[in-house]
Amino acid sequence: MKIVCCVKYVPDATADRKFAADHTVDRVGVDGVLSELDEYAVEEALQIREGADDCEIIVVTVGPEPARAAILKSLQMGADAGVHVVDEAIHGSDAVGTSLVLAKAVERQQADLVLCGMASTDGSMSVVPAMLAERLGLAQLTFGTEVAVDGTTVRVRRDDDAASEIIEATLPVLISVTDQANEPRYPSFKGIMAAKKKPVQTLTLADLGIDSSEVGTEAAWTKVEEMRARPPRSAGTIVAADDGAGAERLVEFLASQKFI
Amino acid sequence: MAVDRLLPTSEAYDLLDLVRDICAEQLAPRVTQAEADSAFPRDVFRLLGRTGLMSLPFDEADGGGGQPYEVYLQVLEEFATAWMSVAVDVSVHTLSSSALARFGSQEQRRQWLPGMLGGDQLGAYALSEPQAGSDVSAVATKAVRDGDDYVVNGTKAWISHGPHADFWLLFARTSPDPKTGLSAFHVPAGTTGVSFGAPEKKMGMTASTTTQLLFDDARIPAELRIGDEGQGMAIALSALDSGRLGIAACATGLGQAALDLAVAYAVERRQFGRAIAEFQGLQFLLADMAAAVESARATYLLAARLRDAGRAFGRPAAVAKLVATDAAMKVTTDAVQVLGGYGYTKDFPAERFMREAKVTQIFEGTNQIQRMVIARSLLRDLPR
Repeated sequence: MKIVCCVKYVPDATADRKFAADHTVDRVGVDGVLSELDEYAVEEALQIREGADDCEIIVVTVGPEPARAAILKSLQMGADAGVHVVDEAIHGSDAVGTSLVLAKAVERQQADLVLCGMASTDGSMSVVPAMLAERLGLAQLTFGTEVAVDGTTVRVRRDDDAASEIIEATLPVLISVTDQANEPRYPSFKGIMAAKKKPVQTLTLADLGIDSSEVGTEAAWTKVEEMRARPPRSAGTIVAADDGAGAERLVEFLASQKFI
Repeated sequence: MAVDRLLPTSEAYDLLDLVRDICAEQLAPRVTQAEADSAFPRDVFRLLGRTGLMSLPFDEADGGGGQPYEVYLQVLEEFATAWMSVAVDVSVHTLSSSALARFGSQEQRRQWLPGMLGGDQLGAYALSEPQAGSDVSAVATKAVRDGDDYVVNGTKAWISHGPHADFWLLFARTSPDPKTGLSAFHVPAGTTGVSFGAPEKKMGMTASTTTQLLFDDARIPAELRIGDEGQGMAIALSALDSGRLGIAACATGLGQAALDLAVAYAVERRQFGRAIAEFQGLQFLLADMAAAVESARATYLLAARLRDAGRAFGRPAAVAKLVATDAAMKVTTDAVQVLGGYGYTKDFPAERFMREAKVTQIFEGTNQIQRMVIARSLLRDLPR
């Protein structure tokens, strides 16, 4: 079996986020990491491989030069090889453009199973897996909280507030998993050393047969006109409680704000 | 603040990144509660074992990480900055595994090393006794040969994580000779006749359970003896200098934690209308703390690099243990001073750091013993 895992390199959520002059996220000048939500996809792939004979895991990412770190982390965790699509012209692509690049890169792998995280931790669109499945013509089992592969049958549980549903499809399929699906492992030190010897292929838009006019800021369906940092939180309202009437005042406050 | 480290290879930098991630995500959030509850974090050592962090300085062929001491000790230092008990217990596991890795027979190594070094086992070290601390020759626990077994009777003391270990490295007396009367044994957990005393009520490092290990007619198969009969003292001494370096690295990490806390507090705390860090009197205190931590690091790294180069490192190891642990005591005491009244409360970790530092001047050879080692090496040519 061949599994392709799509991963993204995102700014470290614990550090300050910066934006470039064109309102895109600064991915070069800040510390980046493998998107935490994609770690669940990598872990799921590794667990599927543990239960299968002869299974290969290829990690695919689209992003500038430093994005290679997201591939490296996945290889350290245990994936077998990486594909890194780097091209200046991709800068500023929206989900539609990104899914096109990913689709062309994934298509070449002839994978049985494509795994994605449920969303990126920076853009948080969560539409790329669905768009990618559509472009690849694959059944899509998204937001999986539990994945079981039995031969060519794939079963995925989806949980929502009201009910859980089990959906099933036959390979090849695309699955996206949530942060409930598993507990991603830390790379082992042996994994770190082994990762250095694993192959990573670098591709450009031309390699994938994509015209640069199809992607990037200009081709995006939406445009960020303006952006502002969130204003600092203002001081809250203090409800005095020392005279015994605090609860009453708290209820009044909550009611006045229509919280209750 | 992350320490700016000079490491020999790119994989060592990746290794330190992994260690810092684990420290931030798995150790730091739990340390305060676990130390308050005296709760030994057995699961942490399973994670460290699985990720290959319990066997970094051992040969790759034996299941270890093949890392030089220069790298292994800096990993220990990072652990200590996050959680002193965990770092010391990793150092103890290294010490406890080293005898079998170095002196074990082919068969012993084949049978036991994969679990010790490549798995998630935890080893403990059983040398000291109630009446035999610095004076190892006073060990009284007896191992008497009986057919294919040894029958062991006696009391071992100060066994770090004793009851949680999967195996103990035991030193027991097989003949009365003070120097050649000791033998080393690999004792798997569950051996009949082995029990534990009540946990010691310690000043610090309370999450790491310390107990006596009691041998009452415990039968240990002769095939679990490591090395020859009588080779015990030589085996114990061979790992002594390396063990001291482990403690030096742990003490340095603890000092770093105290320094980081003091700096963060001094910048935050305001008195007389300004941050107390603006007062030069306090700046000098912080500067002296940093100088102590950095010189501690420099001394243990020098000894480690000598060891890695195959050179003698006995005296530098004793110097490192002495300098780093005295520095830890001073720096943690000063951190309490910087935090003032808050430093004296358990709402901040400064007082815990200070309690943890004290034992580093005592175990793995008291600092008085270190001075004897250093002096002896200086005065080798003194006529006796």
